[in-house]
Amino acid sequence: MFAFALPMASEEGGFIPPTVHDTHLPEIFPWAAEYGTGFGKQMLMIALSVVLISWFFTTAIKNPKLVPGKMQYLAESGYAFVRNGIGRDIIGEKNFRPWIPLLFATFFFVLLNNLFGAIPFLQLPSFSHAGSAYAMAIIIYGTWIAVGLKNHGIRYFKLAVTPPGVSPVMLILLVPLEIISNFIVRPLTHSLRLMATMLAGHIIVMLAASGARYLIVVQDQLALNGVGVLVIVGYVAMYFLELLIMVLQAFVFTLLTAIYIQGAIEADAH
Amino acid sequence: MNSTDFILAAEESVNPLLPNPWEILATGVGFAVLLFIVIKVIAPKFEQAYEDRVTAIEGGLEKAEAAQKEAEETLAQYKAQLLEARTEANRIREEARSEGAQILEDLKTKATDEATRISEQAQRQIQAERVAAQASLRTDVGTLATELASKIVDEALKDDARAQHVVDRFLNDLESQQSAGASN
Repeated sequence: MFAFALPMASEEGGFIPPTVHDTHLPEIFPWAAEYGTGFGKQMLMIALSVVLISWFFTTAIKNPKLVPGKMQYLAESGYAFVRNGIGRDIIGEKNFRPWIPLLFATFFFVLLNNLFGAIPFLQLPSFSHAGSAYAMAIIIYGTWIAVGLKNHGIRYFKLAVTPPGVSPVMLILLVPLEIISNFIVRPLTHSLRLMATMLAGHIIVMLAASGARYLIVVQDQLALNGVGVLVIVGYVAMYFLELLIMVLQAFVFTLLTAIYIQGAIEADAH
Repeated sequence: MNSTDFILAAEESVNPLLPNPWEILATGVGFAVLLFIVIKVIAPKFEQAYEDRVTAIEGGLEKAEAAQKEAEETLAQYKAQLLEARTEANRIREEARSEGAQILEDLKTKATDEATRISEQAQRQIQAERVAAQASLRTDVGTLATELASKIVDEALKDDARAQHVVDRFLNDLESQQSAGASN
């Protein structure tokens, strides 16, 4: 259908696929010089997420009941999911308690900011912007290195890059690999995985929306208008897939955080 | 969007991997604020609620278990008491029955003894009376015979008719005396 539509489009000005550029909306306070580098909608949404998460959980647990109401039950389920499902299962019964707040904040911060991409008008997952993903990854990176140093001293770096039970010859090969994988690739994959999935989801939304608009509004042929409707139908399926990915990525991001912290705490245990 | 936008966008060609420093700052600060609130308020409250619930549920279960145990003990006690009471009642009933039978037996024996005693006494009395009567009769008959003999002798000397008369009178006396004695 595109092959049929595009030649015509080129004559009439044509269909312009959305670009990454479009994920950067105009700034509200453009005090940074370059376009796309000021204070914009994305940062407002970060602030909004902080307010919403704080409000929801403090309100839900303000007067805790033994038999919880709907709101308290929902909040407690979320809390218990992170506390037991991620924290206790990964970090372990002995050490997980101090890390509950970090994991909790990480999970719901990422989750809500991802879900912003599925809410009309907001319609932008905050972590489709690399800066936010980098910020989170840097915080987590700094945290688990600090944990390792606190638990094992400077020896931590040796423990982290030398797998036990490996012959010295292999160590010559493995140590550089471990250094690259643990200290360079790990924070990059941690952040880029989140950012790329969110950006891809967002681009799909933009593509479907602009494509459907182009097919329905700009094109005159009834058949093409019908295809536009089909695009919208297909988009609904994509929307639910995106919802799943948003939740999944928030879970994965938090799970990896827990795994990194666990690895730092028990660097000498493996 | 129009074609000029597209061209502009293509010219600028934003690299999605290059971060906006403001976004890093905003996300970092936002997350720090959220983490602070979670550490200070949210996490302690949820942990507290969780602890409270665990305590309440465990306490409730223990209480229920204790109550159950107590109830079972009481029931067992009651059953034991009931059994005891039944046994006691049976025992008492048996006792009463045997006691009643005993009493009846005793009474019968006593009554028989009494009857025997009374009849023996009566026999003895009759015997004694008869002995006494015989003794008295023997004395009386002797006396009467002597008297009669003296009278007969006395009368015979005077008159046959008279003698006859005396004899009749004596017999009459004797008869009347005898009937009086019998009536006695």
